[in-house]
Amino acid sequence: MSNIVEIRNLTKTFGEVVANNKVRLDLRQGEILALLGENGSGKTTLMNMLSGIYQPDSGEISINGTKVSIHSPEEAKKLGIGMVHQHFKLIDTLTAADNIWMGAEKKEPFLLKTKFAYADSLYPYEGLDDSSSLRRQKLKRFKVKTKLCFSALNYKIVQFFRTAFLNRSRFEKINKVAHDFGFDLDSRKLVCDMAVSEKQTCEIIKVLFYGAKILILDEPTAVLTTQEIQKLFSTMRKMKERGCSIIIITHKLNEVLEISDRVTIMRKGEYITTVDTKDANEQLLTELMVGEKIELHIDRPRTDFDRPLLEIRDLTVKNDEGSVAIDNMSFYIRGGEMLGVAGISGCGQKELCEAIAGLRKIESGEINHKGQSLIGLPPKKIIDMGVSMSFIPEDRLGMGLAPSMSITDNMMLKTYSEGKFNPFVNRKKARNKAKQLISELNIVTPSTETPVRRLSGGNVQKVLVGREIESSPNVIITAYPVRGLDINSSYAIYDILNEQKKNGVGILFVGEDLDVMLALCDKIMVICHGKLMGVVHAEKATKEQLGLMMTGALDLHVENDKQYGIAKDSNITEEAQND
Amino acid sequence: MNSSIMTIIIVLCEAVRRGTPLLLGTTGEILNEKSGSLNLGVEGTMAVGAITGALLGLATSNLFLALLGAFVGGMFCGLIYAFLTITLKANQNVTGLAITIFGSGLCLFIGETLKDTKKFPSYTSEFYSEITGGGIPVLKDIPYIGQLLFSYNALVYIAILIALVVWIYITKTKSGLRMRASGENPASADSVGINVDAERYKNIVVGSGIMGLGGVYMALFINNGLWNTDWINGYGWIAVALVIFANWSSARAIGGSYVFGFLLALKSRMPSLASAFPSVLSWSTAIPTELFDALPFIVTMLVLIFSSIKKRKNSGAPTGLGLNYFREER
Repeated sequence: MSNIVEIRNLTKTFGEVVANNKVRLDLRQGEILALLGENGSGKTTLMNMLSGIYQPDSGEISINGTKVSIHSPEEAKKLGIGMVHQHFKLIDTLTAADNIWMGAEKKEPFLLKTKFAYADSLYPYEGLDDSSSLRRQKLKRFKVKTKLCFSALNYKIVQFFRTAFLNRSRFEKINKVAHDFGFDLDSRKLVCDMAVSEKQTCEIIKVLFYGAKILILDEPTAVLTTQEIQKLFSTMRKMKERGCSIIIITHKLNEVLEISDRVTIMRKGEYITTVDTKDANEQLLTELMVGEKIELHIDRPRTDFDRPLLEIRDLTVKNDEGSVAIDNMSFYIRGGEMLGVAGISGCGQKELCEAIAGLRKIESGEINHKGQSLIGLPPKKIIDMGVSMSFIPEDRLGMGLAPSMSITDNMMLKTYSEGKFNPFVNRKKARNKAKQLISELNIVTPSTETPVRRLSGGNVQKVLVGREIESSPNVIITAYPVRGLDINSSYAIYDILNEQKKNGVGILFVGEDLDVMLALCDKIMVICHGKLMGVVHAEKATKEQLGLMMTGALDLHVENDKQYGIAKDSNITEEAQND
Repeated sequence: MNSSIMTIIIVLCEAVRRGTPLLLGTTGEILNEKSGSLNLGVEGTMAVGAITGALLGLATSNLFLALLGAFVGGMFCGLIYAFLTITLKANQNVTGLAITIFGSGLCLFIGETLKDTKKFPSYTSEFYSEITGGGIPVLKDIPYIGQLLFSYNALVYIAILIALVVWIYITKTKSGLRMRASGENPASADSVGINVDAERYKNIVVGSGIMGLGGVYMALFINNGLWNTDWINGYGWIAVALVIFANWSSARAIGGSYVFGFLLALKSRMPSLASAFPSVLSWSTAIPTELFDALPFIVTMLVLIFSSIKKRKNSGAPTGLGLNYFREER
């Protein structure tokens, strides 16, 4: 098989950060290549250079054996390279069709020159010796060419009116293309009304519509459910059969082993090696990726559960649009217990976390911490009461950190009010904490003073998790703490959470990877469209059972007679009895 | 009764006359904002359009050349703004304010310098009659309706036409789609191969040219070409607010502009309205005229307050408004 893409000695730096150092990569015709590496190992940077978003500092890229320099996404598009970005590049206020249509080729040229040449060949001058027949021939040619000119003009005008205006037929055209590739897409739907998997489908159709032969998928599975991932994989196989070459970036080793033909491994901005998937296993890939042997085992330390720390009763919360996001939910978390929250994304996880942390208004119900109601208290008060909750938002940069501020400054965001009568902030202490965090969690950063937005996604996440745990809370609410993190960092975070659990902290773990949750959590609570589907013991539950509950097909909540989610030794009932 | 109808018609005509520069300014600003640039230089761009248009009118006595001059003057300001914000990535708000100060200053400088020479602003009588007269022959002689609909100068109709063409361009055409994409999410637009910088340049420059037409309207038709240190008089700022009032749609801007034109017309026309309807409006004589001066700005503030309280889901505001785009930003 021939190489369709060859990358040699590609280097890219951002300020002091060397994102790619003399990287090489080969993509063969019609294969699925997995690009594997820890956070900040430069996978996305490399792919961004291939798709024309970043310009390399040095090195070369060859497509089909010819050297190219890709200055813009437009040039990448012409070379048949299409990238589906980790953060979708779709415009929310437009329909799916318009999102695709806006980058469609402008128009077909009329090719006047070739038609002129054809006319010339129809009426040749050769062999016409006498002047009168030559003149006649010239006249014929002239007539044909004038006609051609007029029809070119006509064509231009018709083309203008056909293509200048947005035609209703664009919806059907896009639908047809989608159907041809075996997708289901409602091209009239606004992107903001779409679920994540629909958006992804839209992105893939977009690059296929532009005629991409080389597909780059940057962490496509991070936001999908198990079923959706299987669907995506079958689509990828179909693409492969049609002769597309695919590069997929993912952190999940089982997916790498399942879908790819070969695996290229990068570490700290450098190319390590490429292996055939059939010769690889999880252990080998992890070692290549991390550079050392690590234990691939999630611990679930046993602790003696305390009395319920946090109790939620009949909680109802509305989302931003005003519809019910959390519907009459009751559950509790004991000290030293990790309660997983499983559910398809957008089923009220965000609203639940925000309600507990005091960031969202509650319609009805109770939130009690050690018997004390938290409702109506401002977030700062909730933290000050010793009810520290560590909240890691889904959107880590948007809500958790100030992107333009340094790690030190971000560390201070939670502690700046220490020492009431001191108008100055203690930068030294914060810097030491930042240094400690960098060494403990292996954060890749040039210094403690680098703006957080310059760090790669995984490192940003580590800063956030580290800071939240720094304030030694007794209830931790964490949503997707390992989203987009590589194995090493993920395990580091599991260890941190387990450490906290052993100290008697109650943890609410909103997660997406069911395998991890089954191994890590003590109990798993499943929600579906804001309704509680039941709480299961992680040891007894199976992945299939959880999957059914997530889609609402299995509801343990109705099957049981006893009132769900209320602890026998609840602090609330005791108080009620005392009254 | 006849005279009171006439009074109403005169007031409405005045509203249309005063609304037209607002409409041109707003349409230009919509082109800027929809492609992602919050151009606060409307006031200055209009001032430059006013002075270049007036000077060209003075030199050539040709209304068409005056309008063309104003358009080019506006485009010049737009080009400066686009170069600073797109090529040099300067802050849009600061650049816009700089354009406002620069444009108003340039207009004042040229006007004050030429004020004392006998030539300025003494137009030839043909040109003067051209800018004070106008209207569609025959149709304008229809009683009432003729005056209300057909008695204006050409630029009033051109302004409506421009607003409608811009509306069709933005909502119905493919290049309008590309321009909207550049304003909504430049990174997305870039990733499908749209040249975001070119889209923005194009729309800023043409939009600013349209603002320039609004400026020359202020100079020639509102001030009758007579020099006044305050030719634009805050109309540019009202146009910025009108964009929000019109929800970024130039078709809606037509109505919005005339509403604000009505508010602006009240200052000079309130006494005649009051005398035409003494029973209803006699109280208005007690209101100091300064309050009428302030009225459009008070309403502008109210519009801004209400539009920020009531967040519409189908708001026409582009998401990428006010943000410069730099491809390698992370």
